[in-house]
Amino acid sequence: MKHYDNGLKHFSLSIIWLWLTVFAMLPFCLVTLASFASHDDAHLLTLPATLINYIHLNNSVYVKIFKQSFYIAGICTLICLLLGYPFAYLIARMQSRFKGLLILLIIIPFWTSSLIRTYSMITMLKPQGVINSMLLWLGVISKPLTLLFTDTSVMIGLVYNLLPFMVLPLLTNIERLDNRLIDAARDLGANRLTTFRKIILPLTMPGILSGSILVFLPAMTIFYIPDLLGGSKSILLGNLIQNQFLIAQNWPLGSAISVVFTLLLAVLLIIYWRSSGNKDSQELL
Amino acid sequence: MRNLPYTSYLTAIYLFFYIPIIVLIVYSFNNAQYSLLWHGFSLRWYHELFADSDLWLAVLHSVILGVTAATVATCVGGLTAISLYRYDFFGRQLLYGSIFILILSPDIVMGISLLILFSMIGITLGFWSLLLAHITFCIPFVVVTVYSRIVSFDQYIFEAAKDLGAKDSVILTRIILPLLWPALLAGWLLSFTLSIDDVIISYFVAGPDFEILPLKIYSMVRLGVKPEINALCTVTFGLTLLLIVISQLSLRKKP
Repeated sequence: MKHYDNGLKHFSLSIIWLWLTVFAMLPFCLVTLASFASHDDAHLLTLPATLINYIHLNNSVYVKIFKQSFYIAGICTLICLLLGYPFAYLIARMQSRFKGLLILLIIIPFWTSSLIRTYSMITMLKPQGVINSMLLWLGVISKPLTLLFTDTSVMIGLVYNLLPFMVLPLLTNIERLDNRLIDAARDLGANRLTTFRKIILPLTMPGILSGSILVFLPAMTIFYIPDLLGGSKSILLGNLIQNQFLIAQNWPLGSAISVVFTLLLAVLLIIYWRSSGNKDSQELL
Repeated sequence: MRNLPYTSYLTAIYLFFYIPIIVLIVYSFNNAQYSLLWHGFSLRWYHELFADSDLWLAVLHSVILGVTAATVATCVGGLTAISLYRYDFFGRQLLYGSIFILILSPDIVMGISLLILFSMIGITLGFWSLLLAHITFCIPFVVVTVYSRIVSFDQYIFEAAKDLGAKDSVILTRIILPLLWPALLAGWLLSFTLSIDDVIISYFVAGPDFEILPLKIYSMVRLGVKPEINALCTVTFGLTLLLIVISQLSLRKKP
């Protein structure tokens, strides 16, 4: 596009580039540098440069936390997908005057503070909480179940918090699905399963991938969910990094963990990019 | 929906979303400290909440922070979205990609990297560190919100304005801004909500002298379940609800 005066353009572009450079790129370079630094009692970060932090990471404890985080985030993503896909599908294909309201009812938890929603789960799961009282009253159990401070409660909390992030991209994607393609498949003799497998699933793959990314990424780092709902045993990467920075005060090690974590995520995202093609990248949000 | 299994599935998911929040709201009005049983309607916890001056200070801090961060982020993000749409420039793809990566980059990594930056250049952790961090994580969301609206505009409006001799600044103030204000408002509300709810990034860049609401709630919750927190969460939930409805209405209204 041609333009006649450049003042506004230069002004806008310099602000955003300056901002991104100082507050996004520079900090990340600093983390990378910090991961090669040493630390002592007087300094959070100091010379000499060393690889010791990365060597420490090869410790079985850290490897286990990495694996466990990816595993928990993966399971959480899978549960959200299995719960969210049929849900989004039904809402998207619904012909009802309440549809707008039903969509708003998904947007509300999406924007509600996830801390508050995590807190509300404590009220549900604690020994004298709603679920236990209900089960006791119904006579299903004779004494309260231990629901809180377990791995299960962390998983419930994660799914509860992140399910809207799976549903919304799926909803947008499924709403754009062309009905004629489904009709055509049925006319040509495909049964429901074949239609789903060959037509609906491939066409909604971008939504599935976007939703999975939006669930998988935060699932590993929302440190306050394991902190509030889990026992001390369930440590995720987010808790580990937080610990190294604010409690153990070992910034170089914390930085090294973050760098490795970011690189692993980058690899996952590149795989996603390759498999979905660049065009879909704009549809993520 | 005619189909019973479908309806019950939808209902079950909605109940999963809403029962915990509804329980929270109901218990904030319960006149009892620990009991799950209903001891009568009471505004006792709200009275205690409103008497807590530390909390009010945290709310005030969060609102100041949210309004400032959202306003700056909306200006910078809005201009960026307009530039991305209107101009062809060197590094356009790179800029788009950087914003996209910023959205995807994990909060915790952004939090620690800003912590390292602030401690290296000597910014004391407090209002300014929080403000800079909040503006940074809000900008990409404003860009995406505004950009997705601006691409739906009719290109010929700009061509026509240019042919009639309008300068860029005139096009911006007389055409783009009037058409774009719903998206800018939505971006602003989005940023404000993000800012007021953020725990992870703020956790790293907050200082002891400037306490904000989400971190205050977090520390209260960590100390244990108290009915006062139920009341606090109910108030916060109500405010979020209001903001969502405003932003939905402003986005839905076609310009």
